[in-house]
Amino acid sequence: MILLVILLIALLTSALSFMSQEGFRAKWIAFSGSILVFILSVYITINNCECHTTFDRALAGNFGAHFSIGMDGLSNLLILLTTFLTPLIILSAFNRTYRRPHVFYGLIMMMEMALIGVFSARDGLMFYIFWELALIPIYFICGLWGSTDKIRITFKFFVYTLLGSLFMLIALISLYLATPTPHSFSFEALYAVRMSPHMETLVFAAFFVAFAIKIPIFPFHTWQPDTYTTAPYQGSMLLAGIMLKMGIYGILRFIIPLCPNALAEWGWLAVLLSVTGIIYASVIAIRQDNLKRMIAYASIAHVGLIAAGAFVLNAEGIRGATIQMISHGINVVGLFAMIEMIQVRFKTRKISELGGIAGQAPVMATFFMIMILATVALPLTNGFVGEFLLLLGIFEYMPWVAGVAGLTIVFTAVYLLWMNQRVMFGKPKLILPDFNDLTTREILILSPLVIMILWIGIYPATFLNIAEPALLGLIH
Amino acid sequence: MSTLIALSALAIITMMIGAWHKYKWIVPTLVVGMLVACGLNIADWNTNIHYYNEMMVVDNFAIAFNTILILMALLVIIIAGHYFRNVVKPLDDVYILLVFSLIGGILMTSFANLVMLFIGIETLSISMYVLAGSKKFDNLAKEASMKYFLMGSFASGFLLFGIALLYGSSGSFNLTAIGSFACSHSADLPKMFYVGMLLTFVGLIFKIAAVPFHFWVPDVYQGSPTVITAFMATVVKVAGIAAIFRLFNHCFMGLQPFWANTVMIISAATILLANLTALYQRTFKRLLAYSGIAHTGYLLMALLAINTHSMGAVLLYLTAYSLSTYAALVVLMLVKDFIYDDKMEHYQGLAKRNPFIAVTLAVSMLSLTGIPPLAGFMGKFAIFTATLESGYLGLVIVAVIGSAISLAYYLKPVISMFFREGGQIVIGLTPWLRIFLVLLCLAQLVLGLVPGLITQLL
Repeated sequence: MILLVILLIALLTSALSFMSQEGFRAKWIAFSGSILVFILSVYITINNCECHTTFDRALAGNFGAHFSIGMDGLSNLLILLTTFLTPLIILSAFNRTYRRPHVFYGLIMMMEMALIGVFSARDGLMFYIFWELALIPIYFICGLWGSTDKIRITFKFFVYTLLGSLFMLIALISLYLATPTPHSFSFEALYAVRMSPHMETLVFAAFFVAFAIKIPIFPFHTWQPDTYTTAPYQGSMLLAGIMLKMGIYGILRFIIPLCPNALAEWGWLAVLLSVTGIIYASVIAIRQDNLKRMIAYASIAHVGLIAAGAFVLNAEGIRGATIQMISHGINVVGLFAMIEMIQVRFKTRKISELGGIAGQAPVMATFFMIMILATVALPLTNGFVGEFLLLLGIFEYMPWVAGVAGLTIVFTAVYLLWMNQRVMFGKPKLILPDFNDLTTREILILSPLVIMILWIGIYPATFLNIAEPALLGLIH
Repeated sequence: MSTLIALSALAIITMMIGAWHKYKWIVPTLVVGMLVACGLNIADWNTNIHYYNEMMVVDNFAIAFNTILILMALLVIIIAGHYFRNVVKPLDDVYILLVFSLIGGILMTSFANLVMLFIGIETLSISMYVLAGSKKFDNLAKEASMKYFLMGSFASGFLLFGIALLYGSSGSFNLTAIGSFACSHSADLPKMFYVGMLLTFVGLIFKIAAVPFHFWVPDVYQGSPTVITAFMATVVKVAGIAAIFRLFNHCFMGLQPFWANTVMIISAATILLANLTALYQRTFKRLLAYSGIAHTGYLLMALLAINTHSMGAVLLYLTAYSLSTYAALVVLMLVKDFIYDDKMEHYQGLAKRNPFIAVTLAVSMLSLTGIPPLAGFMGKFAIFTATLESGYLGLVIVAVIGSAISLAYYLKPVISMFFREGGQIVIGLTPWLRIFLVLLCLAQLVLGLVPGLITQLL
């Protein structure tokens, strides 16, 4: 029931922001709404009981579909990630002067509602509806407040991801028709379907295309760098931090339990594509001058590793994928937030135009260093836990693939540390007379992220234990 | 039956009002009369009575489709009151023809005899030929009317020839009789029967504009007054689809192996060709014309699934499609009132000063694309499910690709309105119009959330 309330609060906050007609009021409405949602989601995590989360109501004549939400450990972690990051994302926009701010905050909260819906759906049709619903606000966020060439880029993004999702819709309908009559979309019924090998391969292919576009896995990634670069920072954070996790969540939720045989047969291809993406994106990231674009390519590389770990179909890989989803969300939001802080001050995000920030702003440089080290997967940070488990899982699957995938750590170190060196150290290239270090608001955004980085890095069991039973259930 | 009588009486009363020059009363009378007709129509639910020696049958199928027909016609008449508000000359003939056309549509949903089908189609079409050219001094309107008339006559010719051949082989005009003839002689049906079946089908898909019989649509839509376009895109299409489904359901159900491939190819070709052509349209009205053709393709998919009770899906799809197309055309009309042109460029930056119009159009476009949770998604979902259930995976994949293509052109006006900088036009809306637009959006949302309201009917 509380989960339903969370969804409704997010929806209501969104509606209130739309109607508030004024930026100042809208941002406080959105911020307090998202904080409330976060508190409630922590509450249902601690008092985990079916009574708080499960809600099931048949929709009249709706093709056997139910409005059915619930929360197992995997959903729980991702809902927490969403509700944890959204207030920070909203907070990061507080000092920006966007046109029509009430629409902006309304769309962010609508996005949060759709994302929580995706992660909590217990019914295939509900899942699909929320999945598509999440596209609309992010499309408008990128289209309305994006920078150069936004129309072409957001258009490509929307059409591309919709095409992928439609294949998923076909797969879902086929599964639905394979359930015993009266047909049902509930996850239990879908999991119980026994498919012929031919059908299983087709279902696997359809799901794979949908998720590969969303994540994105090489070679379906072409929409991603442009979209991340052109989107407003909050849009990039939503996309990279939470939305692409929908794809990995989809792999864990659908592909692994539904098509294990197809995965055993075709998994090598999926792993190969994911690993290719790691190398490909890392090499491109090294040469990027635009900070945001660099993070976009880095993101392709890191999620490639997560996807590879999810596809190898062993416990370590899946555990690693789960924890790394959370870590990547936190790290990438931290990086985007800091790049925005840099851009707000220097009016540029080109590496070649920046330099020597550390001398002027030691606090900023420290936070930036922490974010980067976490992304590079330094031990005691969250990145290490996830990537270690992922590589372990891939190693069990095929050692030489793990060897190639492990290059990601080296590559990440190369481009991120080198970038850090050029941006933070050396001679200041731009001297601003009224330059100031991080403000309280900015520290307020970054400290929760740093706390989480260290918490997951030092004691990941807190989070792994939440997801563990659900993950074991998925493999068997 | 009482519906038909009520509507005919309504048309005659409207004529009288026109004769007495009380033009202000026309729209209110029509609204009340049509609501009454709609009520009478629904009162017949579950009665299933035949009339006039089985010429007509009022079953639930007919009642459900009649309800959509009457309500859509009502919406068109309401907005016509706004559209024609500044026209000085009397317009009673336009309204009367709309009602007669609606009567034809009602005959098309409830015929039990092929003669009745023909009468229905002609009643509907002849009124529409006149209405398409009702802007007498506009060359485009003349072209539209002429083209529509010529093409429509050809179609009627095909249909009539087909009916004659069916009669010649089976010895009856009655649907049930033809159906049982086809069943009992399924092994040795005369060639004439097959030809007759194909010709009636061709005649009917002319009316609902499926490829390759769609060429008249864009020109006719463009030339006609927008209100008439709205009527054609909604009422005429619903009636045509209902007629096809009734005919196939009663007569040709057992012959599916024969016509399935034809329908499949026509459906796939319609979806692909219409969606691809729509990408290149510069005016919004032609874009909507091609969108309408594409939706015919999706609806024909359901014809293949006719034995899996796809009627509910068709009904839902038609309701969703009609509502969204109608809403889009209302927006087009409001914009055109100000700019006298419907090129897509004029929509640039419209959202900034006209949020109501922009949001209505965006909702309609997304619903037509089939984005949840809007009505169009549920319609598409229901049709895809029915088609997959009958085992046409390839066709559904084509339809899915078509849907993705369609997003590209449905987004065009949305992108123009929201993302491009543009004019400073402020389109004045009366409070009533605002409420009307909000209701249209809400209706599309509600249908998307509880499609059971409609699918459970049939």
